[in-house]
This record gives sequence, C-alpha cells and structure tokens, in this order.
Amino acid sequence: MKAISKTNKPRRPAALAGAPTPALSKALTGIMGLDEITGGGLPRGRPTLLCGMAGSGKTLLAMEFLVRGATSFGEPGVFMTFEETTGDLATNFASLGHDLNALVAAGKLAIDFVRIERAEIEEAGDYDLEGLLIRLGLAIEAVGARRVVLDTLEALFSGLSNTAVLRAELRRLFRWLKDRGITAVITAERGENGLSRHGLEEYVADCVILLDHRIEGQMATRRLRIAKYRGSTHGTSEYPFLIDEGGISLLPVTSIGLNHQAGMERISSGIPRLDAMMGGKGFYRGSSVLVSGTAGTGKTSVAAHFVDAATRRGERALWLAFEESASQIVRNMRSIGIDLVPAVSAGTLRFQARRASASGLEMHLLALHRQVLEFEPAVVVVDPLSSFAPLGDGAEVKTMLMRLIDFLKMQQVTALFTNLVSGGTDDEATQIGVSSLMDSWLLLREIQSGADRNRVMHLLKSRGMAHSNQVREFVLTDRGAQLVDVYTGPSGALLAGSGRVAQEALEKAKALQLVQSAQRRERDLERNRMALEAQIAALRAGFEAERAELQTAIAEDRQHIQALLANQAAVARARGAEAKPAAPPAARRHGGRA
Amino acid sequence: MTARPKAARQPSGTAGERWILRLYVAGQTPKSVAAFSNLKRICEELLAGRYEIEVIDLVETPVLARDDQILAIPTLVRKLPEPVCKIIGDLSNSERVLVGLDLIDATARRGEGSKGSR
Repeated sequence: MKAISKTNKPRRPAALAGAPTPALSKALTGIMGLDEITGGGLPRGRPTLLCGMAGSGKTLLAMEFLVRGATSFGEPGVFMTFEETTGDLATNFASLGHDLNALVAAGKLAIDFVRIERAEIEEAGDYDLEGLLIRLGLAIEAVGARRVVLDTLEALFSGLSNTAVLRAELRRLFRWLKDRGITAVITAERGENGLSRHGLEEYVADCVILLDHRIEGQMATRRLRIAKYRGSTHGTSEYPFLIDEGGISLLPVTSIGLNHQAGMERISSGIPRLDAMMGGKGFYRGSSVLVSGTAGTGKTSVAAHFVDAATRRGERALWLAFEESASQIVRNMRSIGIDLVPAVSAGTLRFQARRASASGLEMHLLALHRQVLEFEPAVVVVDPLSSFAPLGDGAEVKTMLMRLIDFLKMQQVTALFTNLVSGGTDDEATQIGVSSLMDSWLLLREIQSGADRNRVMHLLKSRGMAHSNQVREFVLTDRGAQLVDVYTGPSGALLAGSGRVAQEALEKAKALQLVQSAQRRERDLERNRMALEAQIAALRAGFEAERAELQTAIAEDRQHIQALLANQAAVARARGAEAKPAAPPAARRHGGRA
Repeated sequence: MTARPKAARQPSGTAGERWILRLYVAGQTPKSVAAFSNLKRICEELLAGRYEIEVIDLVETPVLARDDQILAIPTLVRKLPEPVCKIIGDLSNSERVLVGLDLIDATARRGEGSKGSR
C-alpha cells in the first residue's frame, strides 16, 4: 500500500487481488476445551481481551496460553505483568504444575514485571509509553516470542492519571503488536455494565472472553463465555471450567458430539445366564448399561460381576463409588463369592470413592475425564448415578450424563451405571430421562410371592441385539449371582423364592402322580391281559375236554357198529349156513344201479 | 504541600548536597528535547553547580528500561539525594517537577531570600 509500482498503480493487498480470503489464522491454546469452543484457538497476530473479576482465573488462563505455546507449539512467549513479582508468579504456578523458572532458563519464556506505583510517580507534562514498548520489544526479541500476555492493563489506569494519553498509547500498543504479528492476551477487570471497566474492548475488538466466578447453591462455579470473536464462529454459551492441579479445563457441550464409532465387539457381563439372554455374547463394547432397581436389589453385585469379568480378561476397570467406600464394596462382594482384592492389588481395578455432594456436577465430570484419560480403563462403573440428582435440576443432571456418556463412548469405554429408584410406582416411568441415554437397561425388581419378597431381573432393552424378554429370578448365592427361571402360578402371577420352591415341589408331586397313575394303568392292562389269557386257556381246555370226549364217543360208536356188523355176519352165517347167501335187495339195488 | 507520605529528611536546598538526575528518553523526540531543556533550566536555577544530568537513550540501551523500571518517556529519575523518585513527562509543568524533586523548599527559600545572594 505504500510502494508505487512501475505502472504507477498502488499495490493491492493480497486479499483483494482475486485470491480467496484466507481463513482467520488461529493460535492454539492447548487448554482442554477452549480450542474446541474457539474453533482452533485465539486469533493469531491479534489481541484477545480476557475480562473477569478478581480471582476469576484470568492470570492463570493467560499464563497457560503462554506456557503451552512455549512447550507444545514451539511459540515462546513474554509475560508482562503489572501486578506480581516474578518470584510470586513462579511459586503460584508451581502448584499448578508449571515450572516457570525452567522455562525462563530455557529461553522459552520471558517474564517482565513492570512496577507502577502511583505514589512514586509524579506526572509533569506530556508523555508517552514508549518505555513500555521498548521493554516489550526487548523481551520479545530475547526469546523470539510469538505470544505476549499483558496482565493486567488495569494497572496502567490505576497508576497513571492521564487517561487521554493512556488511550492513545493503548491504541498504539495494539497496533505495534499487530504489526509484529504477535498473538496477545490482555487481561482486564470486569466492569459494572460493559465488558471491561475502562472500556478496553474498544481497542481489543478482535476477541473478547469473559470469565465469571459465581456461587450457586453453595457451590462455586467458574464460567467462561466468548463475548466476541470477530471473523470466526464460536461457541456462544457459558461454559463451566475448572482450575485444579492440572491447570484450566473446559468441558464444552459442543465438543462432544454423536460421532463416535460403534464397534461390533461384545464383552461378557460376568453372569453367564445374563450373557445368554443377550444372544450368548454380552454387551457391546463401548455401550452404556443402566442397572436400575430399588434398594437392595443387587445392582452393585451386577456391577461387581461385570468388573470381575473385565479384570479377568486383563482389562482395567474404574469404579466410581458415591455411596460406599472401596473396602466396604470389596467386603460385600466377597460374600457373594467375588474377590476383587487381587485386581485392586494388581492395579487393574481402581476405586474412586467420594460423596457426590463433595463437588459440583462439573467437577465430577472433569474428574472423570482426567481419570479416564490417565488410567485408560476399558470399563467404568458409576455406582450409583442417582447420587448426582441433588446436585442440579433434572435438565442439568441429564446434560452432564449425556456428556459423560458421549465422552466414554468416544474413548470406547463400556460404562455401567447403577441407579437407585424409589419403590412403589412404576419404576420404569421414572427412568425415562436417563434411560434414553443408555444402550442396555437391566431392571431389577422385588416381587412379593407368598410370604417373601424376591428379586427378579428383566432386560428391558438392549440396542442392537436380539435379547430375551424373559423375567428371571435373580438370586445372590455365595457363588455369585444366579439367574433362575421363574414360575408363573395358577393366577399368572410370578413366583420366586419360596413361592417358587413351593411351586416346584407342587409340580414335582404332580409329575410323580402322573407317573404313578400311568404305572397303575399299566398294571391294570397287564392284569386284564392275563385275565383274558386265563379265560382263553380255560375255553381251550374245555374245548379239548369236549373234543376228547367226542372222539371217545365216536370211537365207541365205531366199535359198536363193527360189533353189530360182526354180529350180523355171525347171525347170517349162523342162519344162512344152508341157504344161498341172499343179497339184501336194498343194498344190491343201491349198489347195482348207479 | 505534597500529599505523599515521605521520609523525613534534610531540606533539599542544603548546600553541598550533590544531585544526580537521570533523564530517560527514547530518541530525539520533541518531548524528550523539551524535557531536557526544561530540566536544564530548572537545575541551573536551583541547583547550579551541584547537579549532574545523565541522559539515557533507551533506543540505544533498551535493557535499562527493564532494569530501571521505566514505563513512560520521558522519565526523570532523581538518583541522588535519596530516596529515588520518578517524574514522568516533558517537565513542562514546573511546579509538579519541583514537587516531584522535592525542591519546593529551595524555591520558597529562594523566593524568600531573593534579595540575598545565592
């Protein structure tokens, strides 16, 4: 824009020369969550205003920006502070895990303390802030800085009274920084009405971030909001953030979306018959499982089986306990035959036990993030998630759970959540809000059958697999949890426990009865057959006897006839000794004529 | 009088005390030139013969900006007599300069003793 080329036309800036406008270049902050909301970090080569009340975390955020720039992105930085001495800074930040002295020694960071004591300075005439710029230039050159923090410009306003000069010089300062392509972070105090108390946002128009520190319901929460980010899309909501020994972390809702991969691998629940109810294979890895039930229904036992199975496979498991201590859980599980001690000793099972009310929802989420990223478990148990309910209203708790589940799915961690429900009314209805986030839902219930109450389990849903819809009785024995088939009584009611045993006995007796009656019938048949045979034998005998008799009679008759004939012959002979033997005429006639 | 709490000490106009003044500038800007001439004038008037002005050009020795905690240009630092004090600006406001250098006493005395010899 300054040089005149040979054709006497002013050189056009590249942006107008027909080339496409380059996307806004950004400098990554390296702060968890912040890079996501800003879509890649702070605007490169421009100043960003960080506004907040005292203690809201401005200095920390600004310093982390520098430190991470120096250590992770190869961009050395200058921290120009108007408030603390360098010794204090190093000590304060050491507790947050940053070794400033080492960075300074390595030439990656320069820390300059500018002392402004109003009482020591007398203003006599016109001046400018060239001294500041000279110092800044010196520091930048010393380390080759690409990032600069000015913390806090409020000090200039309180130290120097000539606001006209100040404003002019600030404009100059920001131009000076822009000319050098320095990505700057300026901290300022939050004003009553606008953003910063002295209206610094007029000069720092590219990006303004607000930090807030509120007490809500006795819980302190910190929030961050991007009030402005010129030339870039950005998250516009308030994002809670936390400051702990790892520095600053943000957990924006937007950074966790529904774009996690769904795997096909299945893992065992630790209860064989339960796996059988899921096609013989168990849960999908990376899925979310809800185990809900009233008090004492055995939810923790289900979780223990799951964790036991995981550690036996050689995987790591993280158990977040909000109601019982680790040793209590271990002891209780031993009574059903699950020994978690070896896994704990081997370091494959880690317990994190604390009361949910110890911190806010965000802190829990953050703590979980940190632990999962550091410990890298394959399986996480949250026992029980109903502990979170008092920490916020329904929508907040559900949002937090959503983020938790999304995060775990992205890490391909299979999560099992136990949920305590109050008995009485339809316990399925009360779960609707939470259950929609879950892939599998095991419902444990107590039913009264006869004189006792027994537990039954029902796999209400399990996405992506064919599963049994049978209700099974859930019995905790000293060899672990067993699933037993339930009986339906004569009225259609479920029978479990002693009712089942009684019913079983009844059915056994019935079966026995049937067997016995069959046997009796068989015997009857046999008897009849034998009777029949006896009858037949008797008839035959009678017949034989008659036949013998008749045959004897026939034989006698024949003998009689022969005797008669013999007798006749004899008579004839006796009579007919002299006479001609006369043929009896009848006989001859009979014989002659044929 | 000045509202600032100050350590009690000898009135500045005491004879024999040596004054060392350092003026920090950044190149030959109008403000810096004005500051120097204003300073020279005041010193000649009130501290003739017992003052010394050092001019530090931060463009040449920028490291002194940090070491001596210089923010504004021009800055006048009174190194001696102690305690050290700072005045910023082109020193056109003489009264403030005198207040800042704690020369008010000398002025008053001079004003009173104007008939006497210096």
